Amino acid sequence: MKLTIALFGITREIVGSPQLELTVPAGQSVQELLAGLHQSFPALGQLRSLAVAVNNEYAQPDTQLHERDEIALIPPVSGG
Amino acid sequence: MLIQLTDQPIDVAAVLQAVQADGAGAVNAFIGTIRNRSTGRRVVRLHYEAYDQMAVHQLRKVAEQAVEKWPMLQEVAVVHRKGTLDIGDVAVVVAVSTPHRAESFAACQYIIDTLKEVVPIWKKEEYEDGTVWVAAHP
Repeated sequence: MKLTIALFGITREIVGSPQLELTVPAGQSVQELLAGLHQSFPALGQLRSLAVAVNNEYAQPDTQLHERDEIALIPPVSGG
Repeated sequence: MLIQLTDQPIDVAAVLQAVQADGAGAVNAFIGTIRNRSTGRRVVRLHYEAYDQMAVHQLRKVAEQAVEKWPMLQEVAVVHRKGTLDIGDVAVVVAVSTPHRAESFAACQYIIDTLKEVVPIWKKEEYEDGTVWVAAHP
């Protein structure tokens, strides 16, 4: 299945694009997605934390992803 | 409930007006502003970036959690700025109104503290000799 990952802040700079399109096996979990991304972009591993948002909510590691999900990487937030 | 993410200067008086309520004996506001120093370095300006849709959704959730915890809350307003801000600019305003003052302090603090933990907004500090995404690295 094809996933589109929105990128913000430092993750956008690490990947070098505001969006990433990936083809992954159906039923891939958040944890598996992160493992793949860490391999492709080792600098992600240096962040203090890296969460995944699915449809505007923070996802758990075992959350299964679907093709139409709105997915985003959430590096450490610093609003306020 | 007023929840807003804006690239325009925040009108603090308008945010206070938004929490006016006849049942309120207290209005409490937190105003976050841009400081000129960070970890010993002189800050020139700040750049705020947001995941707009999720940020507004999460801001609303934080405000709703506050209403659950303090059911006496009359009105809640949270307005956060994005884009490039200069020293002294207002980055965020949280305002609440309650019948009595104790809950207004507690609810206002809960909202700003939780906002800083969960709302997907990022700031990049610009110094005279470089930039850093705040809190990104250990």
